Amino acid sequence: MIKTVVIGASYGGMDAIKTILQALPKSFTVPMGIVLHIGNNKISSFLSILNAQTNYSVKEAEEKESVKSNTVCFAPPNYHLQLEDNATFSLSTDKKVNFSRPSIDVLFETASWALKEECLGILLTGSNNDGAYGLEQIKKAGGTTIVQSPETSAAKLMPENAIKKCQPDFILDLKDIAAKMVEICA
Amino acid sequence: MNLNNIDTQDIELDLLLRAVYMKYGYDFRNYSKAHLKRRINQRLMLSDLNSISELQHKLLWDKSFFRFFLQDLSINVTEMFRDPEFYASFRKKVIPDLKTYPHIKVWHAGCSTGEEVYSLAIIFKEENLLNRTQIYATDFNKGVLETAKQGIYNKKEMDLYEQNYADAGGTGKLKDYYTSKYGSVLFDKSLTKNVVFADHNLVTDGVFAEVNLVFCRNVLIYFDKTLQSKVLDLFSNSLAKRGFLCLGTKESLKFTGYDENYSAVDKKLKIYKKTQLTK
Repeated sequence: MIKTVVIGASYGGMDAIKTILQALPKSFTVPMGIVLHIGNNKISSFLSILNAQTNYSVKEAEEKESVKSNTVCFAPPNYHLQLEDNATFSLSTDKKVNFSRPSIDVLFETASWALKEECLGILLTGSNNDGAYGLEQIKKAGGTTIVQSPETSAAKLMPENAIKKCQPDFILDLKDIAAKMVEICA
Repeated sequence: MNLNNIDTQDIELDLLLRAVYMKYGYDFRNYSKAHLKRRINQRLMLSDLNSISELQHKLLWDKSFFRFFLQDLSINVTEMFRDPEFYASFRKKVIPDLKTYPHIKVWHAGCSTGEEVYSLAIIFKEENLLNRTQIYATDFNKGVLETAKQGIYNKKEMDLYEQNYADAGGTGKLKDYYTSKYGSVLFDKSLTKNVVFADHNLVTDGVFAEVNLVFCRNVLIYFDKTLQSKVLDLFSNSLAKRGFLCLGTKESLKFTGYDENYSAVDKKLKIYKKTQLTK
């Protein structure tokens, strides 16, 4: 059973995340943690839009906040988001990873340690190398992995890197990802 | 309980932390596990070790190796006037209160390489408080304390710090406080005239002194809840009546049970004031 979904996105990620969250049915309540590379000033308005236009409580993760159903927690700007064994989020100001803080690899790798096979990792559009290593760790730990198809990604590089590195379980067009999440978590 | 479900690396990690505590007296057992695993895995890679058990063997038998490990687990990412809006708020909301004191004692806990010690000292200087302020700057890592004491930093960082300083409400120019040489800058020694840099471990050492301000930013996030509350207890016991507690902007008293003992001076920027005499 999937306990938490972790999602990573970079360039073009705002639209992709919004598309997925809006397509998820109310009955889908699995907790989600998201790293989105985004300018520091844009995140709060983006989160309030998601809050208003999806079924979920969407917020910045707070330090040692419990993972909760129906809740989507984003990494705050300039902090890495980590998942701990006891189903809490923790934050870190450690060095940038892949030139990024927050880094998708950090969320994915810590999620793989904390959740093993109970983790679903989803990597979306982006134009850098972040996320590929982390997705590989999720897969190695027995979790399930989805990568957005490069053809439907605003930037192909990040999905392509991940596909090369870890042969994800599913490569899906953006419009099909929500339905697959429901199926996997059922 | 099915014992087979316990991850082997988790067993190794548990044993390693116990071994380090028994051998060297440093207690990392209540650090955030995600943080520990990330740092330790990096060490395995750097030192070409295959497992945490191998690392444990090396640490137990090679004392000189321990300092690398200590460095690995230190929190060493910092900058001057980090989160400038915090410093701006500190100036506006805490300084006026401190000005009413004849003497001010400050405990800067987990000061790392000292960038924020100099930031604080500059604000106190600009507010004419530095001469009657005693700052204790502590860290468990003697190496970073040495850097802090020297006050020499990379010149490359200074553009960012100058901007931070301006955003934090600095009244002059940051460059007035340092001299440059060979790609480095040296901060004015008069800033640290009343600063004592001292070795103190938040996990295993006790109350340091009675102070009017505890400054501990982005340290607690590396601890688990148990250790967080132990350290907050230490801070509560160190703070004088109506003393101030400044945490990192993502740290909060919210999930700790300590929020009742403090009132928020700036809720968003995590500046608190002690409201009770005792915990």
